[in-house]
Amino acid sequence: MTPILKTEQLSYVYGAGTPFERRAVDRVDLEVAPGEFLGIIGHTGSGKSTLIQHLNGLLRPTEGRVLFEGRDLWRDPKQIRRTRFRVGLVFQYPEYQLFEETVARDIAFGPRNMGLSEEDAARRVEAAMQLVGLAPEAADKSPFDLSGGQKRRVAIAGVIAMEPDVLILDEPTAGLDPRGREDILGHIRAYHAEHGSAVILVSHSMEEIARSVQRIVVLNRARVAMDGTPHEVFSRVTELEQTGLSVPAVTQVMRRLRALGLDIDPAAYTVRQAAAELAPLIRRARPC
Amino acid sequence: MLKDITLGQFFPGHSLLHRLDPRVKLVLTAAYIVALFMAHGVFTYGVMVLWLAAAVRLSRLRVRVLVKGIRPLVLIITLTALLNIFYTDGVVLFSFWILRVTLEGLVIAGRMVLRIVMLIMGTFLLTYTTSPIRLTDALECLLGPLKKLRAPIHELATMMTIALRFIPTLLEETDKIMNAQRARGADFDSGHVVRRARALVPLLVPLFVSAFRRAEDLAMAMECRCYHGGEGRTRMYPLRMTPLDGCVLTAMLAVSVGVGVASRFGY
Repeated sequence: MTPILKTEQLSYVYGAGTPFERRAVDRVDLEVAPGEFLGIIGHTGSGKSTLIQHLNGLLRPTEGRVLFEGRDLWRDPKQIRRTRFRVGLVFQYPEYQLFEETVARDIAFGPRNMGLSEEDAARRVEAAMQLVGLAPEAADKSPFDLSGGQKRRVAIAGVIAMEPDVLILDEPTAGLDPRGREDILGHIRAYHAEHGSAVILVSHSMEEIARSVQRIVVLNRARVAMDGTPHEVFSRVTELEQTGLSVPAVTQVMRRLRALGLDIDPAAYTVRQAAAELAPLIRRARPC
Repeated sequence: MLKDITLGQFFPGHSLLHRLDPRVKLVLTAAYIVALFMAHGVFTYGVMVLWLAAAVRLSRLRVRVLVKGIRPLVLIITLTALLNIFYTDGVVLFSFWILRVTLEGLVIAGRMVLRIVMLIMGTFLLTYTTSPIRLTDALECLLGPLKKLRAPIHELATMMTIALRFIPTLLEETDKIMNAQRARGADFDSGHVVRRARALVPLLVPLFVSAFRRAEDLAMAMECRCYHGGEGRTRMYPLRMTPLDGCVLTAMLAVSVGVGVASRFGY
C-alpha cells in the first residue's frame, strides 16, 4: 500500500547560525500507511514534537522532504492549508488554544475554516463531541468553565471535527489522572476504529502506547532508533533502556519470570497477552 | 517565525564583555549614546566606529547576529535617509521631477544612518551580553539613591525583571498557539486588514488567558516563598566591581569626554 504520509531524510535545525543552533530532527525516514495506528515514542527532547509539526506543514524542513499522498508538501505552499485539514494535529496541552464563547463554536472553528456550511459544521461538531464523550448539554457552555479534562476533550474534538485522514496527537494524556488518560485513549481508539483514519500517537509512556498502536517508532537524539511492531520493539529491552525508555510493567514482569526459568514470551506487553502466556503454565502446574 | 525576533535577547557567553560589571556596561552605554550624538566630523565618528568595533570584537558575538537586529528598523532608517537627502537645502548635485539631491543632504543622511545603526548596534550589544536579571540588578543599584526620595525603585526593578523574564515565554506561547490554530486552518497571513484583525482573536484570547494564569501562579509562588518587597533582601550574586571594571570605565568615560570636546572643535 502506498503510504499516506512519508518523510525522506527529514532534518530540522533550530536557530541556524546562532549560538543556540540545535539539530532537532536528523535524517528521519518515516512512512505512515492509510488507516495505520502508529506510536511515536521518545525521551523528552528527542525531537518528537518537532517531527510531527512537519507532517502538516507547520515547519519547513531544513533538509529533506515530506510527502502527503506522494506529493511534496512544500512544492506548492498554497496547498498547505488544505493539507492541514486532512492531517489533523492536536498539540500538547491543547486546552490552552480554546478561545470561543461556547464549546460548540470552538469545535466548529476548524470545520468553518474548511468552508463548510453551518449545517455541515454543526453536524460535525455534534459527531465530534459524541466521539470524545462530551455530553450534548456542554455545547452551549463556555469552554473556560469546564474542568481540565473536559477542556482537553473539547480541544481534541476541535481537530477531530475536521475529519482528517491522519490524526496526530502529541501527548494527549499529559497531566491527566489515570482515569482521564484511559478515557481519552479509549476515545482515540474508538475514533480510529470508526473512521479508518491513520492515527499517530506521540508519547513518552510505553504503557500508553503499548495498548493502542500497531507499530512503534522510537526516536532517540533526533534520529529513528527503532521501527517495528510493539512485540519487536519490546523485545529489545536493553537498547530501550539505554535510550532512557522503559518497557511496560507487564513486560518487565514477564522478563523476570523468564529469567526465573519459565518458558514464556518475554515481550508480551499487555495484561491480556501475559495472561494468555501464563494461563497454560498455571493449568499444567495445577494437579488435576 | 516569532522566535527570530532578537530584540532584547541575551546570548550567554564568557567573553570580556559578558563578564564586565553590568553597571559599568550600563553607564558606558549611556556615555556611548551621548558621545555618538555629539560626534560630528570624520575624526569623532571614526573614534565611535572604533569603539563599537572593539566592543563587538570583545563580545565574541557574530556580526551577523548584530546585523539581524537592525533588520526590523530598515524601513525607519531608509525613511530617515530619504527625508534628509531630499529636504536639505544646499548645493544641488542633480534633480529630477520635484526632487532635488544636495551634497549637504547626502552628508547629513549618511551621518544620520550611521548614527542610528551604531545606536542600535551599541545598545543591542548591551542586552546581548548582559542577562536581563543582571541588567535590572544594575539598574536598581544605579537608581538606588532615589529610594531615599521614596521612589519605588525595587518594585520597578522587580516588575522589569518579571516583564523581561516573560517576554521569551510569551513569545514561545504565541508561537505555540499560532501553530495550534494554524493546524485548525487559521490563516494569519492573508486577506485584508479587517480579516487579519479578526484572525487574531483565536490567538489573543488564549494568550491573555494564559498570561493571567501565569501572573496568578507567579504571585502565588512568590508569596509562598515569603516575598515582601526589597527591604532586607540580599542577593545571591552581589555585584562586585573588579579593577578591570574600573579601568574600562575610566578609559571609556575619558574617550567619550574626548569625543565631546573634539566635536566642539569641529573634528
